[in-house]
Amino acid sequence: MNERTDQASAAAALPEVAVEVAGLHKWYGEFHVLRDINLKVARGERIVICGPSGGGKSTLLRCINRLEDWQRGRIVVDGIELTEDPKRILAVRRDVGMVFQQFNLFPHLTVLENCILAPIWVRHMPKREAEALAMNYLARVKIPDQAGKYPARLSGGQQQRVAIARALCMNPNIMLFDEPTSALDPEMVKEVLDTMVELAADGITMLVVSHEMGFARQVADRVILMSDGQIVETNEPKKFFDNPQHERTRLFLKQILH
Amino acid sequence: MSAIGDQSYYLRGMQLEPLPPPTTRAGPLGWLRANLFSSPANIALTLACVLLIVWVVLPFFQFFLIDAVWSGADRDACLASPAQPNPGACWAFVRVWLSYFVYGFYPFGERWRVDLFFLTLAFGIVWLLWLSAPRRDIGAFYFFVVLPILSFVLLHGAPLIGIIVVPTTLWGGILVTVVVATIGMVFSLPLGILLALARRSEKPVVKWAAVTFIEFVRGVPLITVLFMASVMLPLFVPERFAPDKLVRALIGVALFASAYMAEVVRGGLAAVPRGQYEAARALGLTYWRTMGLVILPQALRVTLPNIVNTFIGLFKDTTLVFVVGIFDFLRTIEAARADPKWAAPNTTVTGYVFAALFYFLCCYGMSRYARRVEARLARAGRR
Repeated sequence: MNERTDQASAAAALPEVAVEVAGLHKWYGEFHVLRDINLKVARGERIVICGPSGGGKSTLLRCINRLEDWQRGRIVVDGIELTEDPKRILAVRRDVGMVFQQFNLFPHLTVLENCILAPIWVRHMPKREAEALAMNYLARVKIPDQAGKYPARLSGGQQQRVAIARALCMNPNIMLFDEPTSALDPEMVKEVLDTMVELAADGITMLVVSHEMGFARQVADRVILMSDGQIVETNEPKKFFDNPQHERTRLFLKQILH
Repeated sequence: MSAIGDQSYYLRGMQLEPLPPPTTRAGPLGWLRANLFSSPANIALTLACVLLIVWVVLPFFQFFLIDAVWSGADRDACLASPAQPNPGACWAFVRVWLSYFVYGFYPFGERWRVDLFFLTLAFGIVWLLWLSAPRRDIGAFYFFVVLPILSFVLLHGAPLIGIIVVPTTLWGGILVTVVVATIGMVFSLPLGILLALARRSEKPVVKWAAVTFIEFVRGVPLITVLFMASVMLPLFVPERFAPDKLVRALIGVALFASAYMAEVVRGGLAAVPRGQYEAARALGLTYWRTMGLVILPQALRVTLPNIVNTFIGLFKDTTLVFVVGIFDFLRTIEAARADPKWAAPNTTVTGYVFAALFYFLCCYGMSRYARRVEARLARAGRR
């Protein structure tokens, strides 16, 4: 397709390091939520971040598109260093798609309108073209027939797939997933994970906060365990699961795998 | 034991057909019994209501419709006489003074301009508020851009194209009420939205400016605002540069209403989940587009009943402009009832009931419209 080549040519000009986090510290008041985070994500790399709740996983993810600010350290996304400058923040957000735990679809807009909103108002794409693009992505997440419905009429799994399509409509180079399956009923988890597996096969850079260990094993290039605001262990999935190096990782895996 | 054991395994062979819902006792008698005479307390209430209708509602209709005097040239028509020992409401008075109630002192030869203004305004309102009207974008352009210019030319005048100037001191009656209410509503909503957004701003200066304005205006009666606008402003600004008296009152009413509107809109903004804001920002939308495309459409839907409530309050508050010497509708009735030519026992009450009827019809119309819009929004399948 047309937009695929656009993306490919744009990707060619992008730096090899998609996301670089260096010496990142964040406090919520007195609470030290992120402590000296250092992370380099290569272009096309798929990273799954797991760990006990309250460990700072979501906060780290939300720093990468500056939904949260931080007090010390730096983050560079696709060669753009995030500062207070609103232009840089917008440039990064245009380039980074995000999928939330609670879907956060816009309830007053139909599925199609949800998808074309940002392409029209951020990318200044003509409406017809945006609709064609949106239908293409809705077909890829296998719900093109729901395009005219309002989000409240869809199941949780369908809503989350719409949210993925909505993010993809901006042709992002990096996708952030913040516990995308935690709010779903068990029987809907698979359809969302399948969508994400297909996306991973396309070679897009992905950072996923998730406890879906099967997904991590199948898709991730690296698995990261975060606990108490720190990165405890980074490893390739096979080693991470079969031969974890850190005591904290062993404990965590034991807890979630019973 | 064995009986329980027999029931431990059970498999339904076929799906049950859905049954029709149970029938209720219908018919007028059933309705009466269910709604009016279901319990002793209910029976007592029913009787009380019947008595109320007999004692209050029937005499009301007797006075204002059956015994009413519908035509006549002066007070004699409405006075008690052998022919009508018990005259009712004096509608003849309203008929004779009606044009004054509508136009005030607007010159006779120019009143077609007011009529035309009412027509263009009604056209604009229908276009804007009729939800399935064609090309509502043009309708909005007409209402917010064309109509103000057209209205100014029509009502105030444009000597260049041969429409003579009618100073606002001659305006009055329903004309003034409609102008003040329309301007108040049209300006208070956007101003209120801006103030509500400012109040939630992360910038302290913006936030505190909005808070100060809202709390100050809400803490002061509208009469005070109007007095300040009409009496104090000229003390600071030379009379020559000071805007027209009506314009000053308009500004006062619009600012007053916008402070109330700001609080109403703030409630709606607080009802939109934070995730909506984050999702819009994460897509790269700017602050204003996030607000305009995602947050406000949801917030205003939630607040619609309260917005209309504020509009209704504003419409009735316009009667207060009389304190600065502007002849709104109610004030023209006040002036007319003092006319010795119509000094009869029932003219005053007839005038007031006429005023009440006018305000009620306008406010009830707004309320009905809002309910229809709400119902339509609910039908749109949002929730």
